Amino acid sequence: MATLTKIDEEKLIQEQGYNDHFHDHHHGDKYKSNFITTYIFSMDHKIIAKQFLITGMFWAIIGAGMSIIFRLQLGFPEEDYSWLRYLLGKWIVLDEAGVGSLSQEFYYALVTMHGTILVFFVLTAGLSGTFSNLLIPLQVGARDMASPLLNMMSYWFFFMAGLVMFISLFVSTGPFSGGWTAYPPLSALPQASSGSGAGMTLWLVSLVLFVVSVLLGGINYVTTVLNLRTKGMSMWRMPLTIWAFLITAIIGILSFPVLVSGFLLLILDRSLGTSFYLSEIFIGGQALDHVGGSPVLYQHLFWFLGHPEVYIIILPAMGIVSEVLSVHARKPIFGYKAMVLSILAIAFLSFIVWAHHMFMSGVNPFISNFFVLFTLIIAVPSAVKVFNWIATLYGGNIRFNSPMLFAIGFVSMFISGGLTGIFLGNSTIDIQMHDTYFVVAHFHIVMGIAAFFGMFAGIYHWFPKMYSRFMNDTLGKIHFWGTLIGAYAIFWPMHYLGIAGVPRRYYSFDTFDTFRHFGTMNQFITVAAIVVFALQLLFVVNFFYSIWKGKKVTTQNPWGATTLEWTTPITPGHGNWPGNIPAVQRWAYDYGKDGREFISQIEPLAEGEKEH
Amino acid sequence: MTALIIILCITLLIIVAVQIGKISELAQKIRGEEEVEQEANNRSAYAMLLFLVAFMVFCIVTALYYRNYMLGYGPHESASEHGGRIDSIFNITLVITGIVFVITHIALFWFAYKYRAKKGNKVLYIPHDNKLEVIWTIIPAVVMTILVVGGLDAWNDIMADVREDEDYMEIEATGYQFAWDIRYPGADGVLGARNYKLITATNPIGQDWEDVKNLDDIKPDEIVLPVGKKVRVRITSRDVLHNFYLPHFRVKMDAVPGMPTYFVFTPTKTTAEYRAELKNYPEYQVPALAEEPNGPKLWEAFNYELACAELCGSSHFSMRKIVRIVTQDEYDAWIKTQNSFYLTAIRNTADDPFSGKALPIEMEEIKNEVPSGTSMGTDTVPAESIPVDTLNQDQK
Ligand code: HEM
Ligand SMILES: [Cu+2]
Ligand SMILES: [Cu+2]
Repeated sequence: MATLTKIDEEKLIQEQGYNDHFHDHHHGDKYKSNFITTYIFSMDHKIIAKQFLITGMFWAIIGAGMSIIFRLQLGFPEEDYSWLRYLLGKWIVLDEAGVGSLSQEFYYALVTMHGTILVFFVLTAGLSGTFSNLLIPLQVGARDMASPLLNMMSYWFFFMAGLVMFISLFVSTGPFSGGWTAYPPLSALPQASSGSGAGMTLWLVSLVLFVVSVLLGGINYVTTVLNLRTKGMSMWRMPLTIWAFLITAIIGILSFPVLVSGFLLLILDRSLGTSFYLSEIFIGGQALDHVGGSPVLYQHLFWFLGHPEVYIIILPAMGIVSEVLSVHARKPIFGYKAMVLSILAIAFLSFIVWAHHMFMSGVNPFISNFFVLFTLIIAVPSAVKVFNWIATLYGGNIRFNSPMLFAIGFVSMFISGGLTGIFLGNSTIDIQMHDTYFVVAHFHIVMGIAAFFGMFAGIYHWFPKMYSRFMNDTLGKIHFWGTLIGAYAIFWPMHYLGIAGVPRRYYSFDTFDTFRHFGTMNQFITVAAIVVFALQLLFVVNFFYSIWKGKKVTTQNPWGATTLEWTTPITPGHGNWPGNIPAVQRWAYDYGKDGREFISQIEPLAEGEKEH
Repeated sequence: MTALIIILCITLLIIVAVQIGKISELAQKIRGEEEVEQEANNRSAYAMLLFLVAFMVFCIVTALYYRNYMLGYGPHESASEHGGRIDSIFNITLVITGIVFVITHIALFWFAYKYRAKKGNKVLYIPHDNKLEVIWTIIPAVVMTILVVGGLDAWNDIMADVREDEDYMEIEATGYQFAWDIRYPGADGVLGARNYKLITATNPIGQDWEDVKNLDDIKPDEIVLPVGKKVRVRITSRDVLHNFYLPHFRVKMDAVPGMPTYFVFTPTKTTAEYRAELKNYPEYQVPALAEEPNGPKLWEAFNYELACAELCGSSHFSMRKIVRIVTQDEYDAWIKTQNSFYLTAIRNTADDPFSGKALPIEMEEIKNEVPSGTSMGTDTVPAESIPVDTLNQDQK
């Protein structure tokens, strides 16, 4: 085997590497002075990554738990849920016979919280926050983020956002219940829904704090990638993870402020009596004074973020999957340049397709022509990515460990969900499909499950780097197969519901003859959801068990990967590399080249060797 | 109690799984890492293959099982003129994406299986292949172009508003928490003016009674439409967003406060015709209500429905209205039985600006000798037949 020994690698780093005099300045190691600065108000990107991850996991359990409660109501509306009173109190209403059921208001509150929590707290902060923080410095060869202080603040703003949202669960009028998209007038008028009172105020405060967190983080990620790359790490040598995090951060910086301005106008409408979104409304026995506003304006502002947001969620997962597929197939990622270009194309297009969420909102149908065109163009770079992932497997030497399984699962999910996007992006079909379960199936598969799979692939893959131990692979496999099958069992049937016309966000289907014939299917979905939820608990158990009891990592580069994070010590300290920062000599995907299993990025090109 | 048992079971299963995990790690230590890993790797590879087959079978079987709910298929055929186009574009897209779905999934899982790690395997070092990449960029691009062109051609036809010279009727649907309010223009064919500030308990959509076009407007509690007649629905909302959704007619449009929207469609099947078609399917031969085994069958009880498809608050799921499509004759007969809302509920109340004055609309009725002491004639007389100027002068 022609792999480098540890000694060789050290020598390479010292000889070729770059001495930034880091360790001269940081003698007393002021960063590790006490427990609080090490683990709580830490500025170390590796600790902050873990903070994002564990907070994200906390929210994932809460958010998924909520979905179990409202799925119970949907699947088994007849059952008695009075036992849930211990948890939910007055939100469980009893009928004359003493049979408890979830109140309508709280059903919608749960749906709303579920969406908000998963989209923002779990799949944005928990995914991009975790892996951008962990991997950007490690993979571009930096000591830490450009601004460790902003980085720390980014986490604590996220934490505060979570705290405010958590408090909103306990206000007497209930948390916000108007859907995660928070369309006014429903979200603007406390008379319209009890959740639109204090609950909505807290929701808005929470999300504004959240946006601050995203922006602080994003600026940091972009700066770090652009300025702190080590010697030799040209843009075209960056691993696809870094490309994905970079573009994700840029999209976030450009789109989240628009969301805040949308929220700001909503706050003004709610508190100062302005009429940005409100016009000619009679509610609660009273005609309001607002005239001239338009609820459609809010939708434009919301989806101007909202659509890029779905790519903010999926791009990091795509980056992780590209990396994991390549490492464990022991093959270079197929079409590296095309992968980068398609990320760029998707990012650009994601800004000009937002109104595909608004085909049926009353916008001028002529305008929709452009949005249909751009939306369906997005399918092209998406397809290129899929083909390239599949081609990466071709001719490989695939190791089926937990990260690889989840990466393959991701590709399957992304295909299934991306294809249904082609239905919805075609406005003609969207007339029927809009706001039905077809949309629910689409975005849960392509965004929800796929992004989770990317996240799991990343966690299993980089766990050794985070905690110097492995997660249990057998449990990982049980987790994978159960979740893959279970997730399809939950969401595949929803396509049929949608095609049959069943609208989403219905507390009960019994009012309508057209929608009520799917009782068995709804029960099946609920049972599958409970099983999948239990499997995630298994993952959590595996995670925490492995932190303390997992199999120890004994070699520096357990996966045999080329990227820089595996040139750090098994447990990297502050500053990541004990001596010099390694210099990069080649791209990140030299797997199986010249008969060698892999060639680390720090190994100079051999005499006469061409870079890919 | 059941919940407790389920929670206990889940906990137990997790503990069992953790034990299995631990044991397998131990086994790995005892039996030698490589051997165990190779075995596990092969198992996973076979599982990939198994999953591929199972998944494809699952997709096909469920699609067949639910085929009668597919758009444009069997009993779920569209009941409107434009709906057929939506259904066929849906089905074309289904075929195209179905092919892509099957091919990519076979490639994904087959490659995963075929190229599972084996000792001494040499991997192919192919970082890219420009020709291949160009091909698989162009093919989706071409397919997307076809879908866009076909889709937009239909879209612009379907969403076009009515032309002045066209033969159509107009009705109005107003969403509010949590029901729909339906208004017909009456004999003059024109909906009267509204002002949301005029809304009261007796005037739920704020009709302006000074506008004589309002006097003959009808507010029935179901939607009845003649088959084959183009109808423009004017869609409005009184409070929050709603969505006027007729699943059988492939009609959907948001109701936006302060901004009337519209949807134009032509029903092609009467309720009776639709029922007759449903009769051919065994799943519609069962009793409509499980409690009444001898009651009407499902197909007999069928009705077109209007639903709300935009979250509007806690009873969003219950904004139901029945839609009946009838023949032109039946429609004419029905409309005759409908009374003007003004004459029924407003005439000579405090809200009536013409209170105490004789209205030509009533004079007509008396002339026609409708036996009715009150103003509730069965034959509504077109307000248009009132010389509007006279009426206005009357007021001054
Ligand atoms: C092939 C590419 C895709 C196309 C053409 C597409 C198209 C669409 C369209 C037209 C809608 C609106 C449906 C409606 O409300 O009637 C939609 C909804 C949605 N899509 Fe996609 N999509 C694609 C990929 C994705 C990806 C990659 C994600 C996320 C990672 C995503 C996430 C979502 C979400 C979250 C919604 C629903 C938002 C809501 O109403 O709550 N989509 N998609
Ligand atoms: Cu979108
Ligand atoms: Cu509604």
